Amino acid sequence: MKKISIAFILSLVVLLGAESCSKLEPTLPKNADLLDGSVDGLSSSENQQFLSGDKAFNDLVFTPETGLGPLFVATSCGSCHTGDGKGHPFTELTRFGQSDSNGNSFLAQGGPQLQHRAIPGYTPENLPTGATFSKLIAPVITGLGFLESVSDADILAMADPNDANSDGISGVPNWVSLPSYISPSAGAITQNGKYIHRFGKKASSYNLFHQTVKAYSQDIGITSLYEPHDTYSGLESDPEVSSQIIQNVVFYLHTLKAPVQRNIDDADVIQGKQIFVNIGCVSCHKESLTTSYSPIAAISNKVFHPYTDLLLHDMGESLNDGYTEGGALSYEWRTAPLWGLGLAKNSQGGELFLLHDGRAKSIEGALNYHGGEAVVARTNFFNLSDTDRKKLVKFLESL
Amino acid sequence: MRTLYQRLRSKKLQQYCFKIIIQSFFIFCLLAFNFSYSQIDSTLLKRVSRDTVKQGMNMDAVYNRPFLGLGKSPVSIGGYMEANWQHIGTNGVSEGHQFQFRRMTLFVASGIGKRIKFLSEIELEEGGKELGIEFAAIDFEFHSLLNLRGGIIMNPIGAFNQNHDGPKWEFTDRPISATQLLPATWSNTGFGLYGKQYSKNWMFGYELYLSGGFDNSIIANTQNKTFLPEAKKNPERFEEIASGLPLFTGKMAVKNKKIGELGLSYMGGVYNTFQEDGIVLDEKRRVDVFAIDFNSTLPKLNTFITAEWVNIFVQVPTTYTQQFGNRQQGGFIDIVQPVLRRKMLGWEKAVLNIACRFEYVDWNVGTFKSTGGNIGDQLWSVMPAISFRPNVQTVFRFNYRYMQQKDILNNPPSLTGGFIAGLSTYF
Ligand code: HEC
Ligand code: HEC
Repeated sequence: MKKISIAFILSLVVLLGAESCSKLEPTLPKNADLLDGSVDGLSSSENQQFLSGDKAFNDLVFTPETGLGPLFVATSCGSCHTGDGKGHPFTELTRFGQSDSNGNSFLAQGGPQLQHRAIPGYTPENLPTGATFSKLIAPVITGLGFLESVSDADILAMADPNDANSDGISGVPNWVSLPSYISPSAGAITQNGKYIHRFGKKASSYNLFHQTVKAYSQDIGITSLYEPHDTYSGLESDPEVSSQIIQNVVFYLHTLKAPVQRNIDDADVIQGKQIFVNIGCVSCHKESLTTSYSPIAAISNKVFHPYTDLLLHDMGESLNDGYTEGGALSYEWRTAPLWGLGLAKNSQGGELFLLHDGRAKSIEGALNYHGGEAVVARTNFFNLSDTDRKKLVKFLESL
Repeated sequence: MRTLYQRLRSKKLQQYCFKIIIQSFFIFCLLAFNFSYSQIDSTLLKRVSRDTVKQGMNMDAVYNRPFLGLGKSPVSIGGYMEANWQHIGTNGVSEGHQFQFRRMTLFVASGIGKRIKFLSEIELEEGGKELGIEFAAIDFEFHSLLNLRGGIIMNPIGAFNQNHDGPKWEFTDRPISATQLLPATWSNTGFGLYGKQYSKNWMFGYELYLSGGFDNSIIANTQNKTFLPEAKKNPERFEEIASGLPLFTGKMAVKNKKIGELGLSYMGGVYNTFQEDGIVLDEKRRVDVFAIDFNSTLPKLNTFITAEWVNIFVQVPTTYTQQFGNRQQGGFIDIVQPVLRRKMLGWEKAVLNIACRFEYVDWNVGTFKSTGGNIGDQLWSVMPAISFRPNVQTVFRFNYRYMQQKDILNNPPSLTGGFIAGLSTYF
């Protein structure tokens, strides 16, 4: 009898323990500390597509059997875009061969993107002599659906090519011709048959679909219905990624939530933000933009805070790599959105790698390279008292 | 392209395997029936006593198992099963309650004649979805120092690979270094020699095998890392060597009955298909694995300690990304302390143990060429455990796992934790 009761009590303890065991499991980091996650209010079918896109983006690793390469830079989207955050120089990519707005003169030698890795048995590309180039690290990719939904008219309204207001800032959009597989979005504005592009460090991609198709082709060596040409042979091949997967990935990118600001009530953060406005950072890093209509309610007609104007700016000689894309000039860069900046270390291996190629190891370091149109803002920044500059940095780290 | 002949051959092999499995299942069902209803005289089934002189080293693990003899037949049979319940979560996301039937393994051994014996081990995993011959070899003994073994052999790398039976361990999971760094129960078609020598308290043993081995999948896989276990997925592994060159595995072990056992092992060879139909396609690339294993029982305290450490070197194409590492390392140490050894719940020789396993795995040892920073892709885990053994063959285990895993960039780790309870027994 005793035996049975001991056994019974033991089993009961185990079963009850089992019921409460999730309390002893690691907890979820706070939503504001994470970049991945979807916008609120998706329907269940939308949630499903988000999850499918998430899987394709992060877990779909290509191998030679599934079409990797033969020339490539990395094996999956997630390899470069870890945790949807800023990338690391380990997965940087190199583009080369175009020094002005007249197009790429090294297309025959593998331009514009260097595929410096190859599956066994193939020779990867080398940078041709005489070609100017830029190295690029992956940007944070959250909140892109909001950026995609800003109307062309809003972007144009921020542009000031001839510096009509004489503030020294003359942002311009990157006007580029559309590839045949892309249809312009509603309300698109054209100039000489060219359209405003907004994604990428030089704003050389039209929308998330365009960026995704290019990424499969140029970064992973994966052909699709849209970019059917193999980067090695130049020949057309069967699609190695389905159009459905591309759609899912684009949906995922479109519905990733915007980074959430932290420590909003901190006095230093509040003052730091005021300093950011006062010294002219907002001339380019625009705090608030508004989306136009979107079928996804959480994105439709919303004010959001990316700290960019999606325009190209002359950043001076120290950021002039001698390489460019589309109508941009080699010293022109799209204003980097500053949202998610405070979480950059969590996806860059605990260090900071800022600017297009990760050359700056701190926020102060990034400001050191702000020249051209940003020279006044830079001077203001370094003229701040130590305490004010710390407050400004604290504000940027709350983003 | 595989030739028609090869296809036929693999078809045949499949059919053959299938036959063996069906047959052993049949025997197993018969036995199970016997136990439950005792309609047939169960005294026909005799526990085959283990050969106490010959037991004792890791290399003996395949034969050092409880078997049931079938009357006067030379065939004896055995096996084990492992089933778990677990509730584990990573970074706040839990899979909820999981009941897992990890595996059932059947052994069929036969003393074919004087100094000739055969043993096979067939494993069914994931409720029968995965099915594999882990071991099926014939042994000829010429001398205790010279035995010939051929068939599907278990490569003697480290100690766990040969000594992996669930009921022997106090933990519900196999060590991560034995499943995610080295392939779990890594066996291949091959042959080789082994032998042993005793003198008073000392034992010495060696094993040398040539076998099939790895392939290009170890550096081209969806794990996005150099991953030796990927080669286990290749169904043609038992018939064809991807590189056309055999994998060499060798182990030396010494044991002192009072101190413990120390094993040094090496496994290496060319893994990639560098030529096909006589045409050279690629450079030869090697994989080399070095392992050291140790086990001991502390006097008086009876604390049992077992540990294994593995270093792996893989030649990765120079045109490749550092995503795929050229060096890996990892291992585990188990400490098992019996705390009660007496009659419990009606079992005469029951034992209650507390135990803990520490493990570490680094899939990519080195630094980034671009930044000089340390490459991550590593984890560590601690697993405290309580185990109860009503008898030697059966174990109930209750474990808690806490694990930190870092991605390749060394970003903040993902945290995994949770409880696992399980049961494993020889039958
Ligand atoms: C080799 C690393 C790498 C891989 C692989 C990669 N990306 Fe990127 N990604 C980058 C870099 C670098 C940029 C900046 C590109 C530019 O400036 O044109 C970028 C930019 C982007 C952007 C634009 C973000 C912005 O704010 O403008 C999106 C969207 C994107 N990638 C999606 C993807 C998708 C989808 C995949 C997989 C199909 C992918 N990436 C694969 C490195 C990579
Ligand atoms: C003339 C427009 C302009 C002004 C004014 C400006 N920036 Fe920038 N900023 C940019 C551009 C363009 C980049 C991206 C450059 C690159 O990628 O190489 C950038 C990048 C940055 C970055 C690095 C972001 C990243 O993700 O790598 C930080 C931080 C930054 N700016 C802060 C500031 C602060 C603080 C001020 C005010 C003192 C300021 N910027 C003023 C245009 C501007």
